Amino acid sequence: MSNDIAPQNSKAADIADDLDEQEKAAEKSQAAVDLKAEYKELALQGLWKNNPGLVQLLGLCPLLAVTSTVTNALGLGLATLLVLVCSNVTVSAIRHWVPKEIRIPIFVLIIAAFVTCVQLLMNAYAYGIYQSLGIFLPLIVTNCAIIGRAEAYASKNPVKQSAFDGLMMGLGFAIILIILGVIREVLGQGTLFDGADLLLGDWASVLRIEVMQLDSQFLLAILPPGAFIAMGFLIALKNTIDSHIKAKEVADTDLVIERVRVNFDS
Amino acid sequence: MAFWIASSPHNHNQTKTPNLMRLVIYATLPGILAQWYFFGWGNLIHIGIAMITALVCEFTVLSLRKKPIAHELLDGSALLTALLLGICLPALAPWWISVIGTIFAIVIVKQLYGGLGHNPFNPAMAGYVMLLVSFPLQMTLWQPPLSLVAVDLNFTNTLTTILTGFTVEGYSVEQVRNTLDGITMATPLDTLKTNINQGLTVLESLNNPVFGDNFALGWEWINAGFLLGGLFLIFKKAIAWQTPVSFLISLFICSFIGYSMSPDSSASTMFHWFSGATMLGAFFILTDPVTGATSTKGRIIVGLLAGLLVYLIRTAGGYPDGIAFAILLCNMSAPLIDQYTRPRTYGHLKGDK
Repeated sequence: MSNDIAPQNSKAADIADDLDEQEKAAEKSQAAVDLKAEYKELALQGLWKNNPGLVQLLGLCPLLAVTSTVTNALGLGLATLLVLVCSNVTVSAIRHWVPKEIRIPIFVLIIAAFVTCVQLLMNAYAYGIYQSLGIFLPLIVTNCAIIGRAEAYASKNPVKQSAFDGLMMGLGFAIILIILGVIREVLGQGTLFDGADLLLGDWASVLRIEVMQLDSQFLLAILPPGAFIAMGFLIALKNTIDSHIKAKEVADTDLVIERVRVNFDS
Repeated sequence: MAFWIASSPHNHNQTKTPNLMRLVIYATLPGILAQWYFFGWGNLIHIGIAMITALVCEFTVLSLRKKPIAHELLDGSALLTALLLGICLPALAPWWISVIGTIFAIVIVKQLYGGLGHNPFNPAMAGYVMLLVSFPLQMTLWQPPLSLVAVDLNFTNTLTTILTGFTVEGYSVEQVRNTLDGITMATPLDTLKTNINQGLTVLESLNNPVFGDNFALGWEWINAGFLLGGLFLIFKKAIAWQTPVSFLISLFICSFIGYSMSPDSSASTMFHWFSGATMLGAFFILTDPVTGATSTKGRIIVGLLAGLLVYLIRTAGGYPDGIAFAILLCNMSAPLIDQYTRPRTYGHLKGDK
């Protein structure tokens, strides 16, 4: 029946239009706020709450294998970061044209293409680090953290957010790699940034710091078991901090007095 | 008036943890005495360093975990761990070896898993393996028996060697380890392994003075001491007899097969029994109630497995002695073995679940 009712006077229609515009503007500002909140949430998730290294425990193989020195860790962290951002952008850009049934092979192909690019680039410009990373550079293809983000986030969200998500997740992963590298290199060899010139060019050899003078290397820290133990300590540290924060929040909310309905059914 | 009804077991064993630990510590005394007689003060000093470190570590972790400190600190388990680790270490290893090993054993292997009763691995052996893997050079600083050493290794000399690497007269560790003939000495097991790899027969390598008159100079008496202590523990019912017996039989059978197949390239059965850490492992470490199997059948299987592994590591592995590795592998498999060797519940038929 609504089709029959014509606008009675133009004034009312104008007011209605104004209201519409106001609503639209409000929606727009609301969307902007939402977007900001979304970016903040993405950063928090990638760097802390859902960190690929500490919480998702994805990509442990390279994480544990190459972190014997800071330089190796930095090299692999940067490579993974680059691949993650690029693959997230691409997956997000083509998300409307990818059939659901074959999305995984397509994601893997995209990731493999970017890994090949990164591998060729490293081979050309940082040959030393390319050699010391060895098999773990091409193995980025199988890093679950990357395909996990493609599947869980990039295939459902716009390009900009996906790129930011890739950046934050990659940063979170790289930071864990570097922290592990620092711990293991200091304990194992007593140095920091040993061989940084392999990654960053000849000038970087001045970065090498001798933290402790060790008569004999502490081999456990350099071998994979050391990586497992150090990783365990990092996860424990993160959980401790989380539970401290939680305890604090609980203490804060305890001050608010709430009316509680008491009934005997529950 | 109501009867007080209690469920079984009705017959309680009143032994407490500290009593058991003290008993085990006393039982190591004959072996330690033999070690002191043949190899000097080195191991006693290491045991002392390890015990102090163990108490400090235990105290720190217990206070961090907010546990009853006095109760758990004095139950003797940390001291026993330190004692076993100190016995295993090479006598002339630097002092920080026993400190790092004890910290790893107490803090990471024992306390991080939840303290006594929750550790999946024997702390002393895990600490020893960590040291062996991390510091291969220091962990081979074995000292030849005192009768073969040219330098007079009294208490002060040993102490300064452990603390600084030099004796009071200024001999380095390497010089101390040289015999009167100027040959560096290794343990009998190590010497035998090297010689066989070089193509010598067992009979030829037995001419080396480290083997002494019987199997291994000094080591045979240390093993005899631990055997005595172990028998005392079995007599006191502190440990189950199944594990050590099946372990020794398994090692005997393996080495007997090897010896009868090629006597030139494999050591005799008694050499395997009375050199290295065989008896210490059999009676004091494999029988650890926390990390070993708990069912009777399971204990026998663990013992057999450990014997086989020790023989395989000694003959085919990269390390001269394999007790520590074998025991860690057995600790890993103990829960599974327990799972498959559950004893029949009283009142249930066989195969009735």
